[in-house]
Amino acid sequence: MNGKVIVITSGKGGVGKTTTTANLGTALAMMGNNVVLVDTDIGLRNLDVVMGLENRIVFDIVDVVNGHCKLRQALIKDKRFDGLCLLPAAQTKDKSAITPHQMKNMTNELRKEFDYILVDCPAGIEQGFKNAIAGADDAIVVATPEISSVRDADRIVGLLEVAGLSNARLIINRIRKTMVKHGDMMDIDDIIDILSIDLLGVVPEDESIIISTNRGEPAVLENGSRAGEAYRRIARRIMGEDIAVVTGEANNFLDRFKKIIKLAR
Amino acid sequence: MLDIIARILNREAGGSREIAKERLRLVLVHDRSSSSPELLNALKEDLIKVIRDYLEIDEEALLVNFENESDSVALIANIPVKGFRRVVNE
Repeated sequence: MNGKVIVITSGKGGVGKTTTTANLGTALAMMGNNVVLVDTDIGLRNLDVVMGLENRIVFDIVDVVNGHCKLRQALIKDKRFDGLCLLPAAQTKDKSAITPHQMKNMTNELRKEFDYILVDCPAGIEQGFKNAIAGADDAIVVATPEISSVRDADRIVGLLEVAGLSNARLIINRIRKTMVKHGDMMDIDDIIDILSIDLLGVVPEDESIIISTNRGEPAVLENGSRAGEAYRRIARRIMGEDIAVVTGEANNFLDRFKKIIKLAR
Repeated sequence: MLDIIARILNREAGGSREIAKERLRLVLVHDRSSSSPELLNALKEDLIKVIRDYLEIDEEALLVNFENESDSVALIANIPVKGFRRVVNE
């Protein structure tokens, strides 16, 4: 096997890198791929709780690079899907506990066993970022439609280019259609124009993300979640399927019903 | 009521979306220029090459920089001229 290493990054914190990694990884595994999620946020790990696997951690990424355990021993198998694994970050060390060189060697090991290696990058542009992008073939930049997030995304796109990752694609997260309609939120085209990179997908603001995170069950597992649906579509695009980025407006029954009510008013 | 009026006024002004876009555009011009000084240096060298054909300039004292105004970003060049070249009319 010769898997693909994809880093998920954003610059700014709190825009949804970890949620995106968990959901895309789970969706890719649902579709029959062998997937490993790598948490590189050493000292502030969270991918384990978002995935609901926090109680099963024995070894972590730092144990692996320091040779305290075998790579295979540190991988936590997700019980929901055969092909899904998590390599957790260390919680008691800091970002300098591993080097970009070590990271590159480790992702090359993982390539042999998995179709997709999704690397969850920490916020910021320092050591943790440099580690996370070291072994990557592709990059996904997550941004929300806010000035601060788009500005940081622009900086990240520049830094990725310098590192030889000029094929970064964008996920716009937490967009609110009604605010866009009222002229109070930047739209997809505005952000694409400014960043001038390819759009991989758009995820709507959705309360079901909070609920699924509370439970440790990624939203893609739930059929009714709009964000989950968006992530499933993005996963199919990552696999190379040619499907539209944005879903039509009134796609589900409830939306159509709301539209009819609006028209009748 | 006030809220509604404020909203209508806001919409006429293009909403906060337009404000965000404009502010972002300006801040990115600045960010990009300061995060890649190579670009500014390359521009400086090209400027010198072109101007040298017409003017004698003090290349050491030449300054090129971006300056932020309230609603725009300007490329400001300060180029001390030592003298004109004699132009040959053909």
